[in-house]
Amino acid sequence: MPEKTTRRTALKTGLAATIATLFLRPKAGESHQLKKYPKSMGVLVDLGRCVGCRSCEAACNAEQNLPPPERPFTDLDVFAENEHGQQRRTDENRYTVVNRYELAGQEHPLFRKVQCNHCQEPACLSSCFVNAYTKTPEGAVIYDPDVCVGCRTCMIACPFYIPAFRYSSAFSPRIQKCVFCYDTRLKFGKPPACVEACPQEALLFGQREELIKIGRRRIEENSGKYVDHIYGEYEAGGTSWLYLSPVPFDQVGFNTELPHEPILDSVKNFLGIVPMVLTIWPALFAGFHLLATRKEQPRTTSEQGEEESR
Amino acid sequence: MKTLTGVIDHLPISGSNKTDGTSWTVKERLLLGLTVDQYLQQMRRNPLNWLLFAIFAVGLPLLLQRYIFGLGSVTHASNDYPWGLFLGFGLFGMVPLSASGFLLGTTVTLFGRKDFHPIERLALLNGLLGYFFAVVYLAVDLGMPWRLAYPMFVSLGPAAVLFLVAWHVATYLSVQIAELLPALFEWLARPAWKIYIKRITLGLTIAGIILSTLHQGALGALFNYAPNKLHPLWLSIEFQWIHFLCSAVFGGLSMVIVSSTLISTFIPWRCGRDFSENLDKLTLGMAKGASYAMITYLVIKLVALAHDNEWELLLTGWGMYYLLEIGIGVVLPMFLFAKGVRDEAVRPVRIAAFIAVVGIVWNRLNTAIVCFNYQMYQEVPHWKELWLTVTLYALYFVVYRFIVYRLPIVFEWQKSPVRQ
Ligand code: SF4
Ligand code: SF4
Repeated sequence: MPEKTTRRTALKTGLAATIATLFLRPKAGESHQLKKYPKSMGVLVDLGRCVGCRSCEAACNAEQNLPPPERPFTDLDVFAENEHGQQRRTDENRYTVVNRYELAGQEHPLFRKVQCNHCQEPACLSSCFVNAYTKTPEGAVIYDPDVCVGCRTCMIACPFYIPAFRYSSAFSPRIQKCVFCYDTRLKFGKPPACVEACPQEALLFGQREELIKIGRRRIEENSGKYVDHIYGEYEAGGTSWLYLSPVPFDQVGFNTELPHEPILDSVKNFLGIVPMVLTIWPALFAGFHLLATRKEQPRTTSEQGEEESR
Repeated sequence: MKTLTGVIDHLPISGSNKTDGTSWTVKERLLLGLTVDQYLQQMRRNPLNWLLFAIFAVGLPLLLQRYIFGLGSVTHASNDYPWGLFLGFGLFGMVPLSASGFLLGTTVTLFGRKDFHPIERLALLNGLLGYFFAVVYLAVDLGMPWRLAYPMFVSLGPAAVLFLVAWHVATYLSVQIAELLPALFEWLARPAWKIYIKRITLGLTIAGIILSTLHQGALGALFNYAPNKLHPLWLSIEFQWIHFLCSAVFGGLSMVIVSSTLISTFIPWRCGRDFSENLDKLTLGMAKGASYAMITYLVIKLVALAHDNEWELLLTGWGMYYLLEIGIGVVLPMFLFAKGVRDEAVRPVRIAAFIAVVGIVWNRLNTAIVCFNYQMYQEVPHWKELWLTVTLYALYFVVYRFIVYRLPIVFEWQKSPVRQ
């Protein structure tokens, strides 16, 4: 007798699970289409114009109410700072940093500003399991500290090593990263604080599409002065912040090995098998069970009874 | 305890009733039928307890420090290596070693291999505790552990891989609790309650298979988010989830072999006849399963190498390290397993299982820390982080032992007062 119950349960389980999957399916199988943001704003950074004055760092610090830095923003010795052989990076107290690159054959050093690139298909956003990130139509990738759990997957996923974690706090830790001054400026159509502070016009604020055109023109008009590539046009699915450089990008700290596909693409094939496993497994294993236990049936009736009464 | 069971003849407690027919009180059950004095005495006599004590003496204050002054006070607070030992070992290492529950559950319930029954509960317990402690590690590592349930109820990001992990680990944890409740009911002398669980066992088992396939795989797929950070030999976009799933199969089996070996060697008084008599046979059976899984794993690893065309990488320093990991962590135990199965000798199998367990943890640590950011610098965890990791593991050990001592995991609960 008990055998029968089990078999019926097997089928029932299989069925129930299959039905459940039908409802759950959109949940797990859902994947993004590469969205286009026609109105997306951006910034074109011209490494040829930057003089490393760190005004943008100071402006960001003030705008975002970040704690005062250990060394003042006028101190240019910070460029020599180096931890684990790495130049400075964004951390819980700074959303942007400028790094210096002394290159052979260049009469003066080059500077590179680092901050969130506000990807078109942000890896941080797609990896977050509580949807703490939002890509706004204006192009900013913003973050909601009220739902963040602090798993730091977004830091693993960001190909540019941007999000930083406020490790110093036990009670209000959070991700710290540039938000394109969304709440205070971008929302109202104003350029971010760093752009406004730049005395060299090394940072140009505008519509991303426009900036790409301007960039192309600059490359053409000053033939030989720039590398023929706008960094960020395609990298990791494209970014809102774009860069022009007089030297090959890998010499000034850019990762030139990034694929043009968004990071999300590399997890798509796994997400794709999920609905399959959910639908096929129950039936498959219920079937196995029936096959595996049928053989013993006549012989094990007494054993079954024992088993049941244990 | 071993000595005590020798002198006091009503020990150990293996059924609801004492020899005179009255039943054990809960307090007596908790104290293993000893008086408080005897209990403390046997605790003090065991040198292992002193070691554990030393670990906790430093570790618990560190835990407190972590919750008062933040993660940064016990780790290097690295923004380049967001995941350290707590996740690298505690989540990525513990979860594959806990695949035992679903594996033996499947063998016994689904494939009707009743002969594996004596070890099934141990495998389930090993699974349950492994998962539970993976969550404990997570609670230490998460920035806001109090929001652990957010991905379930407050703010859902269903398109993220971690979302799958969170949901599946949580559901699977409840499945495993349900699967083990019968043992608890017996101990509480409420065998009648078991019937409810019995009815849904098969459903639970199948749910276990689905959830395990997906979250073991998902843990691997998490690293797909870092295609440009993790060394290509440790990351195969197409096959990562299969690698993790497949290695969890032999990881889980090996862990049960290790755990059953420890139990039969160090607490023989607790082992039931069914368990002791069948253990060698079952160990060989599991070894066979594990070696098949290992061959499969090696083949998929090769396929991944060929698919991504990474042969040249094998000649680099990283390549050597990779071969070393596979050689020691997989190939060596595989041969030992095969040898043991052929000669019907359990010794090599037990050694192999131990190596395989270390091998899995090594692989996960390599993936999460050593070969992560391979173009940058090597992160070496803060000593406090290491100590805390060990402390949590010690806690896991204590809980594991506590339960094995008491609940009918490796012995049969007797309803009648007579023993033997
Ligand atoms: S640069 Fe990093 S943090 Fe910024 S949007 Fe892209 S993935 Fe997110
Ligand atoms: S740390 Fe916060 S924002 Fe980043 S992935 Fe985790 S929950 Fe999302």
